[in-house]
Amino acid sequence: MSETRYSKDHEWVSVDGGIATVGITQYAAEQLGDVVFVEVPEAGRALNAGGEAAVVESVKAASEVYAPVSGTVTEGNAALADDPAKVNADPEGDAWFFKVKLSSNDEFAKLMTRAQYDEFVKGL
Amino acid sequence: MTDLRKTPLHALHLELGAKMVPFSGYDMPVQYPAGILKEHLHTREKAGLFDVSHMGQAFLKGADPAKALERVTPADVVGLKPGMQRYGLLLNEAGTIKDDFMFTKLEGEADMYLVVNAGTKEGDYEYIAGKLAGAATVTTRFDRALLALQGPRAGAVLEKLSPGIDALTFMHVVRATVAGCPAIVSRSGYTGEDGFEISIEGADGERVARALLGDADVLPIGLGARDSLRLEAGLCLYGHDIDESVNPAEATLMWSVAKRRRAERDFPGAATILDGRPRKKRVGILPIGKAPAREHTPIADKSGRVVGEITSGGFGPSLNAPVAMGYVEAEFAADGTHLDLIVRGKPMPARVAPMPFVPHRYKRT
Repeated sequence: MSETRYSKDHEWVSVDGGIATVGITQYAAEQLGDVVFVEVPEAGRALNAGGEAAVVESVKAASEVYAPVSGTVTEGNAALADDPAKVNADPEGDAWFFKVKLSSNDEFAKLMTRAQYDEFVKGL
Repeated sequence: MTDLRKTPLHALHLELGAKMVPFSGYDMPVQYPAGILKEHLHTREKAGLFDVSHMGQAFLKGADPAKALERVTPADVVGLKPGMQRYGLLLNEAGTIKDDFMFTKLEGEADMYLVVNAGTKEGDYEYIAGKLAGAATVTTRFDRALLALQGPRAGAVLEKLSPGIDALTFMHVVRATVAGCPAIVSRSGYTGEDGFEISIEGADGERVARALLGDADVLPIGLGARDSLRLEAGLCLYGHDIDESVNPAEATLMWSVAKRRRAERDFPGAATILDGRPRKKRVGILPIGKAPAREHTPIADKSGRVVGEITSGGFGPSLNAPVAMGYVEAEFAADGTHLDLIVRGKPMPARVAPMPFVPHRYKRT
């Protein structure tokens, strides 16, 4: 069974069998507006929690996507480069950004639960 | 946020669900629920309504306001025919660009009507009043509303609210009645499309805007799409693509320096502008990949030497590709020159390209 947690930078992380899938939340996608460009990391790249991992740009602005957890990238979602609008259509499903093999579970455990994240967003 | 100024349409923006942002001291709509992409494409396909009431409207009074205005601009103001509007550069004493603006001679009226940029309006009119002292006086009308209706359906839409208005051609201006309100209507805009700018009393702003929005072809458009539309049209944004660090030659706006004025050499900085060789030039730039290059992105030659900087850049929805403009050293300004844009530390290939990126569709006849 996978478990999903959320970062203050508005990424979601879903972990299943030591592999974390990372994307941006519905809230983040709405704040960005129409997404027109996405750059995802390549397989094999080592990511450190809090470091830059991907780029997402809307018509108006460019934003970094930070790695909420440390690990080695196993796959970037190549489909997003061809169809960046997917990020607005299904940010917390189809439009995942990348998958990483976790180097430890500690960082994931410190992220917010859905209830905590919803509360966090309400306070913004 | 409390010190932000509001245009006469502020309440309407909130009612329409706009996302508001601070811009030039005003609380302005950056986008409505449709979003920037749809708003941009709708304007090119049908018609979009923009609130540009934050811009600085004023009247210039005097014995010969046109002659007086030539003290601060290299445009041909004296030669402008009544009932017409023209683009001009406001130059400071050194001949660099203090602002860009539109000036109008209304049929049968002595006063000239001016529109300058929002962020510079107080300073502009103080400067103009000072330079023209003794010859003309400025009456600002920052209380008036200014609406822009832009897009291929703009003519048909406005015709319903102001019968006869569709006969107006590009850069012509008339006083007319729009939805029952007295207005100054020009056939011009800032999107590259056919369209109008409609100046009305502040108190009439909402009434006219609601009448226009009542047409099924019209959507409200925010500043986000206004920016992407003007960038595709190759039009400068003051404070970004032009400012007091550049002169008209560097900005490749010499078309706005009139032939007669070049001969008379009587405008600020004439010698530098006319006799100097610009070391850098404003050019259009098309990134070859998909990544947009934003303002301040360094531009390098193929050896990696930085030769310029992007001043406006983003995604062009009508081209479905990134678009930009910026300044490069003069030897790199020729169309087709291959350069690199340094985006997030990496060189991205790009080329110098002619503007507009999307052909203008003005109603010239």
